[in-house]
Amino acid sequence: MPDKRENIKSRYAEDREIPGAYEGETVTRRRFMVGTTHLAGAGAALAFTLPALAFALGPVFERRPATWEDVGPITAFNPNSYVPVNFTQTPGIGDVGRTTAYVRRFNPSIDGGQEPRDQYEAYIAISTRCAHLGCPVRYVAAAQRFICPCHGGVYDNLGKVNGGPPVRPLDRFYTRVRAGHLQIGPRFSVNSELNRFAPRDPGEPLDGIGQYLYPARFSTPKP
Amino acid sequence: MPRIKLPSKLPSPPPGAVPKSLQPSPGRPQEGNGKKSLKDKVIHDGTEAGTTVVDWVDERTSLSGALRWTLFRKVPKGTNWFYTLGSATLFAFLNQAVTGVFLAMYYDPSPTRAYESIRFVTNEAFLGEFVRGMHKWGSSVMVILIFLHMARVFFFGAYKYPRELNWVIGVTLLILTMTMAFTGYLLPFDQRSYWATIVGVNINGTGAFIGPYLSDFLRAGPDFGATTLSRFYAIHMMLIPGAIAALIGAHLYLVAKLGTTAPPWLKVESEPELREQEV
Repeated sequence: MPDKRENIKSRYAEDREIPGAYEGETVTRRRFMVGTTHLAGAGAALAFTLPALAFALGPVFERRPATWEDVGPITAFNPNSYVPVNFTQTPGIGDVGRTTAYVRRFNPSIDGGQEPRDQYEAYIAISTRCAHLGCPVRYVAAAQRFICPCHGGVYDNLGKVNGGPPVRPLDRFYTRVRAGHLQIGPRFSVNSELNRFAPRDPGEPLDGIGQYLYPARFSTPKP
Repeated sequence: MPRIKLPSKLPSPPPGAVPKSLQPSPGRPQEGNGKKSLKDKVIHDGTEAGTTVVDWVDERTSLSGALRWTLFRKVPKGTNWFYTLGSATLFAFLNQAVTGVFLAMYYDPSPTRAYESIRFVTNEAFLGEFVRGMHKWGSSVMVILIFLHMARVFFFGAYKYPRELNWVIGVTLLILTMTMAFTGYLLPFDQRSYWATIVGVNINGTGAFIGPYLSDFLRAGPDFGATTLSRFYAIHMMLIPGAIAALIGAHLYLVAKLGTTAPPWLKVESEPELREQEV
């Protein structure tokens, strides 16, 4: 009997002399039960791993609301020098959520063009987050440069890269005027021609194929 | 198995002082007539065998065999102090695990209270500075020991067949340990750890295509936010330690199964008879 069973390589359980096989049966009850058990186990495992994974990954796909922070009356800002303003970028976590921007009024002789490009550019707000790895830069008025303390990044008066490791100019913020007060809104990134892009993390270039290598993220707020 | 010998004559308690349930029960049928045959003696010894706790556990688990298999292995000639670097790394991990568990009793992973809780551990909790120091310096010790252990394995050629899989597991353990070091660095939440984490997350972000999303995952959003710290804490305390412990188990199993290698400066010795034939 056993050698006979080995010899017959039929796909029908009946031909392989499996006891109780039905006519035309190809999936034996043993195989069926094994498969069912595996499926049930996989289903049970997925039932808790998938929600947990989605829970952890959720923030990646979540669009953030655009927030506008009041930073004082517009009379505090002038077209020729930067005024540092400190405002809350991430609410609810105390000082950690605050960041600094350097703000001045639009200046045709520096920014080029007679008019601001749109309503958001009447005031220029430059982020202090270094475009290399995110350290805080400071503006040195005597040199008219933004200088990063960590790895020696240097930016010019407009935030364009002068030297060091940064891969793109300093980020900027949307600005608007409400009731005589300046408000600072979401961040955006710029390439070396100061064209606007969705905010990228530091270290991600935007010139050439950079904008495709480092795509915009789902968390980008709508201005 | 040595047994404690009790004095043969114990003082007997006064009658009625001992409750009936604690009084000696009647003897077994075999020893009823007072005369013990050899067979009765064997049966009697059999029923009394294995009465220590170790015997009791071993009879139910057969753990002694596994212990002998793990600990009483043959080791090659020339085994030296360099072979202890793996155990040293293991003890560094155990140190991190134990001190970490107790540090978690005081630590508060919220952006507004984390620094204060670390300050409390360092300045006020009894032995807090010591336990935190063990954890903080122990992490550096562990990373250094891993690299020394890795160098030993590499230069002794101990990664070669059939031990390649153990090398792969070891490298995975190295990466996990680095992740532990990265996530743990944020937890004191002072200026240094904050900015180091900003820089570290942004380095992650420079990977093409998935980098930006990886950064968002690590921070739970586009910027350092309310849940970033607790996310790092959960990764540091629960996600990775479990994986490390499991992989250390696999690593040690393969060490026990495959044995250790002789140092490369030892020549293979042929059998004496064969040596004579070669002449």
